[in-house]
This record gives sequence, structure tokens and C-alpha cells, in this order.
Amino acid sequence: MRPERSLSPARLWAFGLWLALFLTPLAAGRFTVYILGVILVTGLLAMSLNLLVGHGGAYQFHHGAFYGVGAYTAALLITKTSLPAWVGLAAGPAAAAAAGLLIGSLCIRLNKLYFGMIQISLGSLLWILALRWYDLTNGDDGIHGIPLPEILSGSGPTFTFILLVVGVCLLGMHRILESPFGTTLRAIRDNPQRCAAVGINVRRHQLAAIGIAAFFAGVAGVLFVVLEGSVFPDMLFWVLSLEIFIMCLLGGWFTFFGPMVGAAIIVLLRTVVGGYTEYWTLILGVVLILLIFFLPEGLMGVGHRLRVYRHRAAGAPSRGADRAAG
Amino acid sequence: MLQVDGLCKAFGDFRAVNGASLTVRPGDLVAVIGPNGAGKTTLFNLITGHLQADRGSIRFRGEEISRLPAHEICRRGIARSFQIANIFPRLSVFENVQVAVLSAKGLSRSLFRPTRRLVREETEGILDRVGLLNRRVDLAGSLSHGDKRILEIAIALGNEPRLLILDEPTAGMSPEETAATLALIRRLAREEGLTILFCEHDMEVVFNVATSIMVMQHGSTLIQGPPPQVRADPAVQEAYLGRD
Repeated sequence: MRPERSLSPARLWAFGLWLALFLTPLAAGRFTVYILGVILVTGLLAMSLNLLVGHGGAYQFHHGAFYGVGAYTAALLITKTSLPAWVGLAAGPAAAAAAGLLIGSLCIRLNKLYFGMIQISLGSLLWILALRWYDLTNGDDGIHGIPLPEILSGSGPTFTFILLVVGVCLLGMHRILESPFGTTLRAIRDNPQRCAAVGINVRRHQLAAIGIAAFFAGVAGVLFVVLEGSVFPDMLFWVLSLEIFIMCLLGGWFTFFGPMVGAAIIVLLRTVVGGYTEYWTLILGVVLILLIFFLPEGLMGVGHRLRVYRHRAAGAPSRGADRAAG
Repeated sequence: MLQVDGLCKAFGDFRAVNGASLTVRPGDLVAVIGPNGAGKTTLFNLITGHLQADRGSIRFRGEEISRLPAHEICRRGIARSFQIANIFPRLSVFENVQVAVLSAKGLSRSLFRPTRRLVREETEGILDRVGLLNRRVDLAGSLSHGDKRILEIAIALGNEPRLLILDEPTAGMSPEETAATLALIRRLAREEGLTILFCEHDMEVVFNVATSIMVMQHGSTLIQGPPPQVRADPAVQEAYLGRD
């Protein structure tokens, strides 16, 4: 009597892979470990975006802004104040969530595309701020050599820390998506009008989701600081937001892990193909075109579709025949 | 229970609802009839807050609700179905109803409890009542048209409504589906004592089922009364029944 799966093979695989990653600093070179770190951080960012895009059906067009707010908050608190570095790292996600609620409450009154457009405008204001407020942010030079806690020195411990935090975040996001809040969010994605008719305050619910997604984007921003020891205005530029949007589509935006897979593909493409030619985006473009034509639900969406076919082939009850029994 | 007076709503120059009145008493099964374009759906959209009225009053259990947003009206005990199948296509049949039950119980914003263990019995009870229990794991989007309409009623029941509003519940259904849906509506009204307001343009359906009928024409109320009285009314016969 349990139609929903609780410990599916996919989850066991993901957990096993996560555990195995803890061993990579022992076996792999520094560069590999660094690239894995980039994938995890970018993947966390893309997954936080997907809370809104794939599960919430919102046109979150400038999610990168909250990534940048998280990173800059941490960087500025650590370099400009005498507070302990951990305080800066903890403040990043909180500031990002606050920015999410603020920008979200301005956008939420508008529908769909207009929501996305106004968000790009407001996010770009933050980008301009980071770019032009030279005294505070060093402009387009960014902030470098951010001093981090002793424990996080060296690529191994840094990677382990990132892996731990990303693991906790994924658990948290998964929990949220499986909660009534998450179910209601998907219902809003499918049909906001119907949701209002069953008594759900659609705007308030979506706003809360934006705050939560911005929080996790802020965590990703802080992890970027941990990984790189620097921040740049480009983190707030809308092109990055487009890139993580593509990661969601590429990996499968109706799945949980899809955006992480999409992030891995894009980071690897950029690293490997980008090593041979600066026109690596050309290959990305071709991949995207093929994807839109042949796999509109993304790579991870294929697995889902295969399961449906198998389910049908295994003799699922035919439509309509079984209601007479009810 | 529900008292609508002098309700008006215009879209540009077109007066969709123009001085409509309606009374629903507890336990009633009220039908609104009228030709296409008479303003039935607009009237329902006004009552449930999906549209805002230009003039007139809507009182529900003594409270003026004509200025409230849709979700607030729902929380006061009015649930509805829509004329087109209005469901959550990518959620399972079970989740479709569960979303409404969670909302009714004020659990929609609960963050850390797993949904699958919550309000299970209530949800399955409702699916059982409407005969969709054995489709509960299927995606709602994969149901037949008739089943989608039934699921709509089930979603509305998830809100534990005091007043259930159904907008042409049998539109687009096959004769068998229509019969099954009518049986369901009658059962909900007679056995469970639910107060139901629905609209229909199939006359036979209406006179068989309703305890009170309101006839609408050009956005206004022509008459409201028990079926025999409405059938005998000369204005109704001329305007509507006579032509059939």
C-alpha cells in the first residue's frame, strides 16, 4: 500500500557516489579535485534554481544574483570587518535569502515573462553595484585572497567541506520537495488558478519558495568563496543565470538530480573542449539543439520515460476499464 | 447560506452578468440554467472570487465576500470545479486531491514532514467516494476526460466545503459518464447532505436532480424556484423551454 518509493535505486546510487567522492582527494590530482569542486558548487546553484523552474514553474531569470549576493556578503564581511570568517560564511546564505525575499516581493505581482524581466533588471542593479562601487568591491577586479579559516586550507579539506555542505543542502532540498510545501509548489506549477481555488495563497507560497531557493544559491556562493578564495562581479551578471538555466534544461528539469548532471556536462565541456578551442560554446549550442529536438525533458528525464514504458509493457491496467469497480 | 443580489459584471461594453440574484439554502441542490452566453460561468467566477464584481453583493453565511480573493473565499468553505478539466496534470491522482486536503488542514506550508505520510486516509476516502481510488498512482494528465472531471469534483471535496459549486459538471461527457456523474452529485447531496450549486444547459439533467432552479437570461435572473414552478412559468417557457 505504498505507491511512492522511499529508497529507490537512484537514491542509493546517489548516496554511494557521494560517499565515494570523499575518497577522491586521496586518489586524484589537485586539478581533478578542483574541477569536481566546481561541478558541485555550480550544480548546487543549478539545483537551487530548479526548485523554482522545474518544481515551481516560476520564470526565475536572474538566479545568479543571489549566488553573487551570498558570495559578496561573505567576502566583504571577512575582508572589511574583524568578525570571524565563519560569521561571514554563515551570513552569505542569510543575506541571499533576504535579497531573494526582497526582489521576489517586487517581482511576484507580475506574471510569467514580466516576472522574469523585472528580475533581470533588479539583479542587474546588484551587478552594477558590484562593478562600480569601486571603494567597497574593487570593481571588476573582484576581491582576492579572502582569508579563510585554518581548517579549510589545502585542496583536500576544501573539497571535503564542499562535499559535506552540498550533501546537507541536497538532503534539505529533497526534504522540502517531498514535504507538503513541495507538493503544493508543484501543484502551483501545474495550475496556479486551481491552487487558488483550493485555498492556497499562490503568491505567498511562491515568494517563500524564492526565499528558500535564494538561500541555497547563497550557500553555493559561499562555497565558491571557499573554493576560489575570491569573488568577481561576473557572478552577478545575467549570462551566468542563463548558463545555470541551461544546466537545468540539459540535465532534466523535472528531475531532482538533473541540474547537477547538467552542471557536470557544462563544466566538463568548458574545461576539456575549452582547452582546445575558445569556441567550446559552439559545441554546447549543437548539444542543446539536439537535446531540444530529441530529449525535451533533459538527460535525466529519459530515465523517467523509460520507466513509464516499462511500466506499461508490464501490463499496467488499461484506461477506464477499472473504474466500474470503484 | 449564499445570497447574491443585484450582481453586475461587464467586460468592456458587454454586460456578462447584469443584476443577477440567487439564493442557496443549506442542503439545497440548486441548478442555474440558461442558454450559452447567459452568464452562468461568469456568475460562478464572481462568487468564487476569480473575477471581481462591478456592483452588487454576495453574502456567504452572513459575510460579504464579493471583495475577497479566491483563496480566502475557498477557506470560508466554498469549493468549486471548473467547466474545462482544471487539474494538476503532472501530479498523481492521489496528489491532486491531497493538495486540496493539505490546504484545508492548513498544512500547505509545512516544510519538513514527508507529504506521503500525511492526510492519507482522508485523501483515499475522497477518492473512494468518487470511484477513483484504483487510479491513485496514475498521472492525472493521463486520465480520460470524464475521469478528469470527476477528479475535479474530488479536488473540490478535498476542501471539505460547506458549499460545492460545479460548473457544467457533465460538459463533454458521454451518456454513460453523464449518468455516473449525476448519480455522484445526487449521492453527495442526498446522502452526505452537501449543499451544491451547479449550472448545466441540459434541461433533463436539471429537472431530474435539482431542488431549486434559477433561470438566467442575458446576465439577469428570470426566476428562481422549485422545478415544477419554473417549468410552469410562462416567461421561462417562452424564453427557453418553448424552443427546445
